[in-house]
Amino acid sequence: MLASASSLLPALSLGKYMAQAQQEKLPQVLVIRPPAGFKTFEERFSKKFQFVKAWESSLSIDLFLSNHALHVTALLCSAGTRVTSDLLRKVPSIRLIVTTSAGLNHIDLTECRCRGISVADAGDVFSEDVADTAVGLFIDVLRKIISSDRYVRRGLWTVNGEYSLGSKLQGKRVGIVGYGSIGSEVAKRLEAFSCIILYNSRKKKPYVPYPFFPTVSELATNSDALIICCALNDQTHHMVNDEVMSALGREGVIVNVARGGIIDEKEMVRFLREGELKGAGLDVFENEPSVPKELFQLDNVVLSPHAAAFSEESFLGLCELMAANLEAFFSGKPLLTPVMDFI
Amino acid sequence: MEAIGLLMACPMSSYLEEELDKRFNLFRFWNFPQKQEFLKENRNIIRAVVGNAGAGADAELIDSLPKLEIVANYSVGLDKVDLVKCKEKGIKVTNTPDVLTDDVADLAIGLIIATLRRICACDRYVRSGAWKKGDFKLTTKFTGKSVGIIGLGRIGSAIAKRAEAFNCPISYYSRTEKRDTKYKYYPTVVDLASNCQILVVACPLTEETRHIINRQVIDSLGPKGVLINIGRGPHVDEPELVSALVDGRLGGAGLDVFENEPEVPKELFSLDNVVLLPHVGSGTVETRKAMADLVIGNLEAHFMNKPLLTPVV
Repeated sequence: MLASASSLLPALSLGKYMAQAQQEKLPQVLVIRPPAGFKTFEERFSKKFQFVKAWESSLSIDLFLSNHALHVTALLCSAGTRVTSDLLRKVPSIRLIVTTSAGLNHIDLTECRCRGISVADAGDVFSEDVADTAVGLFIDVLRKIISSDRYVRRGLWTVNGEYSLGSKLQGKRVGIVGYGSIGSEVAKRLEAFSCIILYNSRKKKPYVPYPFFPTVSELATNSDALIICCALNDQTHHMVNDEVMSALGREGVIVNVARGGIIDEKEMVRFLREGELKGAGLDVFENEPSVPKELFQLDNVVLSPHAAAFSEESFLGLCELMAANLEAFFSGKPLLTPVMDFI
Repeated sequence: MEAIGLLMACPMSSYLEEELDKRFNLFRFWNFPQKQEFLKENRNIIRAVVGNAGAGADAELIDSLPKLEIVANYSVGLDKVDLVKCKEKGIKVTNTPDVLTDDVADLAIGLIIATLRRICACDRYVRSGAWKKGDFKLTTKFTGKSVGIIGLGRIGSAIAKRAEAFNCPISYYSRTEKRDTKYKYYPTVVDLASNCQILVVACPLTEETRHIINRQVIDSLGPKGVLINIGRGPHVDEPELVSALVDGRLGGAGLDVFENEPEVPKELFSLDNVVLLPHVGSGTVETRKAMADLVIGNLEAHFMNKPLLTPVV
């Protein structure tokens, strides 16, 4: 028997064949496009899950899903995969979506609710890193750190002397747009720099000690800087528009570590080019990885490639969290970071 | 006071120059190529010197100005003033403490985040178009990292307070242990460097602290360690630092000061794990004006026989 089995599978050693069979007993997780760092995640958890990888197949996505994903109950995705009602219709067996992001604007949550599909996100895993970057970008713009570094590296310190002066942080009124887990970490940090914290949120939060403003416009009128920390959804799309930016004023600074779509990007570029804003620190854009070229000519803008969340430490934390959510789901236990849980 | 001769050691602030011009007989030292002749001619007129981090009053200058009564510094650091000589001759010295503490501390934290999270490299990555081809790499988290501060004075304490808001455990080295602080003390810089991930230089530059960051300290900080210098360039053995960064023996550096400003070692220009600033610690419009006003205030107080605002004891 063994001899004929070997002759039927000439390309596989017996060991590999056994490993593959083992793999096939593991709970399956559908992955349409690999989230960043997926290779590490896969290696780490290869004994726990079998990944059904759509991008590795030469089949069209529709064919792949109908051939290979009809019984898969879990989907792992990043913010880069749009989980639309259309997609969900093609994988009716899916009962859980695990996203590697804190943001949820790429998932049709209404459709998930209708279908009773549970959703787990990255919870607070990134909040500290994103808050650190937001504060970093704020300091960078006011104190011209990035442009000064550029000045030195171009050899201009020896040729032209001192670079231009920046602006103090102490006493600056910082308006936090969205007082969630990231917004609250930003507030805590900036208080230590003697900034005055103000905020806007969908609703006033009774336990938050800072002044609340019911609209972003009113917040902007009373702030020297806006730090965008809220989710992107239908209500917040282009919420930071020309009215808000005018209210913020020529000495105003914008920091965005949330989603590009919250700001009317075209308007913001115009405000910056015309000197109607003091500067901006931007980690996110409307059409990543495209960034408006006009910003490249500006010294008072700091540009970052959607990297605010991505430290090695957070990545490790994220891997553990994703695996823990999947394991909980497969063993019928509550999700660790549920957005909605129907299990 | 218009007859009182005042020598400004180097260009430092056009606002300060204008204001001093209105009040004194101001001599701009850098406009006189023949310095010895200039000093000989004006030795009996000059009664005050204004210096900064770049140039002040060394023994030679003090000896050439027999009528010198006061050295007013547009800086808090006094490494360019021969304090011993001043004390000998009864020359008063003032500086600009407190007004710049917040700005320098803010910049130190800005340097830490920019270095650990590679913000300069990120900005270059986007501007070069590289983002279109792939994501940036993972960087190093700041929150929760251990911060070691050399010198727990006004600036060192302000840095500690800010780092605490990022949940960083704080430790320090000082000439003597401070009684009224909750931070952990290490009796040597090597001990401190061995026990922290981010080492910040925040002490004055003196004979004792010159090259306080040497090969041994750099090795103790190690390939995951980051050095932040907002003190003075000579605090660091610069060739050793450059070699450690190029070799990867040190994880990164955020530097606002250098041994021979404005010269910066060119080997650092191609590194992603360093941030290089042109001595901007106190470099805000607001603070530089406050510093200038303090210099003017100290000089006026002296020449009107009133108590100095910020004398160096």
